[in-house]
Amino acid sequence: MNPENREPLLQPALKLHIPEPSARPGSAPDFTHLSFAAAGAVRRPQVSETARQMQDLAFDLIRVLDDTGKAVGPWRPDISAERLKHGLRAMLLTRAFDERLLVSQRQGKTSFYMQCTGEEAVAVAQAAALDSTDMLFPTYRQQGLLIARGWSLVDMMCQVFSNSHDRMKGRQLPVFYSSKDANFFSISGNLGTQFSQAVGWAMASAYKRDHRIASAWIGDGATAEGDFHYALTSAAVYRAPIILNVVNNQWAISSYQGIAGGDEATFAARGIGYGIPALRVDGNDFLAVYAVTRWAAERARTNLGPTLVELVTYRAAPHSTSDDPSKYRPSNESASWPLGDPVERLKKHLIHENAWSEEAHVALDQEVKEEVRVAAKEAESYGTLGKGPKPDRSTIFEDVFKEMPWHLRQQRDELESEQ
Amino acid sequence: MTTMNMAQALNSAMDTMLARDPNVVIFGEDVGYFGGVFRCTADLQQKHGVDRVFDTPVAEGGILAMAVGMGVYGLRPVAEIQFADYIYPAIDQLVSEAARLRYRSGGEFSAPLTVRAPSGGGIFGGQTHSQSPEALFTHVCGLKTVIPSNPYDAKGLLISAIEDDDPVVFFEPKRLYNGPFDGHHERPVQPWAKYPASEVPEGYYSVPLGKAAIVRRGSDVTVVAYGTMVHVAVAAAEMTGIDAEVIDLRTLVPLDIDTIVASVKKTGRCVIVHEATRTSGFGAELSALIQENCFYHLESKIERVTGWDTPYPLAFEWDYFPGPDRVAKALRRTMEP
Ligand SMILES: Cc1ncc(C[n+]2csc(CCOP(=O)(O)OP(=O)(O)O)c2C)c(N)n1
Ligand SMILES: [Mg+2]
Repeated sequence: MNPENREPLLQPALKLHIPEPSARPGSAPDFTHLSFAAAGAVRRPQVSETARQMQDLAFDLIRVLDDTGKAVGPWRPDISAERLKHGLRAMLLTRAFDERLLVSQRQGKTSFYMQCTGEEAVAVAQAAALDSTDMLFPTYRQQGLLIARGWSLVDMMCQVFSNSHDRMKGRQLPVFYSSKDANFFSISGNLGTQFSQAVGWAMASAYKRDHRIASAWIGDGATAEGDFHYALTSAAVYRAPIILNVVNNQWAISSYQGIAGGDEATFAARGIGYGIPALRVDGNDFLAVYAVTRWAAERARTNLGPTLVELVTYRAAPHSTSDDPSKYRPSNESASWPLGDPVERLKKHLIHENAWSEEAHVALDQEVKEEVRVAAKEAESYGTLGKGPKPDRSTIFEDVFKEMPWHLRQQRDELESEQ
Repeated sequence: MTTMNMAQALNSAMDTMLARDPNVVIFGEDVGYFGGVFRCTADLQQKHGVDRVFDTPVAEGGILAMAVGMGVYGLRPVAEIQFADYIYPAIDQLVSEAARLRYRSGGEFSAPLTVRAPSGGGIFGGQTHSQSPEALFTHVCGLKTVIPSNPYDAKGLLISAIEDDDPVVFFEPKRLYNGPFDGHHERPVQPWAKYPASEVPEGYYSVPLGKAAIVRRGSDVTVVAYGTMVHVAVAAAEMTGIDAEVIDLRTLVPLDIDTIVASVKKTGRCVIVHEATRTSGFGAELSALIQENCFYHLESKIERVTGWDTPYPLAFEWDYFPGPDRVAKALRRTMEP
């Protein structure tokens, strides 16, 4: 077009929008943007409803536990107090495990550690809602899955210490667990990759007319990766038997969830565009997380296909031991998180149900700490990073290929010849 | 002149270019408010504004696609990929798009972007925070590949990269951010302040792309290295007492072939050192070029000292890292009559 023929420029100039969080260090935490209905207020659709019919669920927040600890509303799950106590124990154990290994990192027994503090209900309640034969494709922040599945703490610690009993032979970054026996997929350092792989696993399970479903996790930040979108497309197209979980803990290292696109729509709402039913749940409410996961699992098991679940929670700890959140968010932001702490809330519920007491809680806390202490002692006896026994150095050439080719044998011999 | 470590020198390069050229924009994961996980963009957002230095979604393919588009508009985008290990989701945008845009459009469009990414090991980062993937990029026609070894060069080269009209992949050896590292991991960490290359001018200057530096003059053997390995090579030369001439390539593509050839013709011997894996590593290209250009001057076979052909194993960092002992051994081998 000839510029002369253009309409006169009446409109203001374009402006580049850069999203910014509600609060930074030095200002007061502000979660007013996070509005949600009272516990029990959100409806529970039939598992056969389509994504379009249940759009509201992608924007509301499913909550079961009210402020008094009472379980209310249509999502109140049918779960015994015994199983809830089991869940409480796994959450406390996960927290104690994190606390202990954080100290180990400070003592130089490992180079790196990542906690899931404040997010324990995500992994633990979801593990409780799934069958032990279902396949898990986690991120580095779902150690609670392994712990809830009763996996050996010593085995996990040996991985963190890269010692002689580390089944990953000292090759992987601490916390990047792998456990085929626990149906827990090897954790990758590259964000998001597991999410779309999990869809392939689920398709294979359907192809084989198996009964096992897959469950995958991804962080709010990593939903921006292509893999998230590959996963949603292929899961929808093939109606893969999978639960696709987005753990929205508000932060991706220093960038708040708005940088991942969370200001414009919820992460659950991503599902609707792909035709995937989506649920948004209070991730710190053990009962709600359990109920939502059961609902999604039922869809998967009955060939209705995938469900996208957004778990709204808060990353109370630093991103990792290499991070200092006081540089980018108010130091008291965690304490002002409106959805509380998952351990405290489940404890309150069990007390409300007359199934628990403060004394029992203190005793349980001591019991799990002791269990972690004993496990750590044993794991440390097998070595810690750079100290004590570790795998033989020549093992670094193994598993690159199934059969070692000549050039790796040559390189192994060269390393062996060094003093 | 101010004393700067390498992270500060890179920061100063970006600060200088932001001030000089309103078309320069800087973005990447955690680079805005926080200033980057290695602090290379610290305070730049506060100084130059949120729309010039900003955080991006965790989407490397998206980051480099945005950089291509901005470059097409006429901006000079400088994108950070948080670790070189995370550049792979963006590989298509680099290989098929940025690198070929000028060619496929007959020179009509181009993408003058700079991609910065910390590379290399030595910080117990395990296999996804330690890689040296430079050879993948040198294999792509249309990309320039730069790897500095000290603060002065880092700033001057980054300024040249930003001003360059072609896409430049700029790998920053992360082990060098805070101090030089010669592979003697058992010795205390040295700060940059003790080294002349930490004297960095405050304002604008540039170090040209495609020019190597001779960091140690010698007559017995030529050592070709870049990044962290420059320091390792110098340490190895001192250990052996062999009079090695150490060349710091600084730019891998376009390569300063003249400096290499002149040196090898003089010494008749050559050791190539890189931290990256051996097979199809950049050393293979260097070895072929030296053989083609210096065949009649060679008095012994060309040696390569490299990382092993395995992922970087966390607990075996120092068994993996091609340190001064391994380089010294190669130097001695090449001097055998
Ligand atoms: C492909 C890739 N890009 C970047 C990184 C670096 N990185 C590690 S964790 C992280 C933030 C992830 O945030 P989120 O997905 O929200 O998970 P969270 O840590 O909050 O659990 C980034 C950018 C990476 N590991 N992989
Ligand atoms: Mg997050």
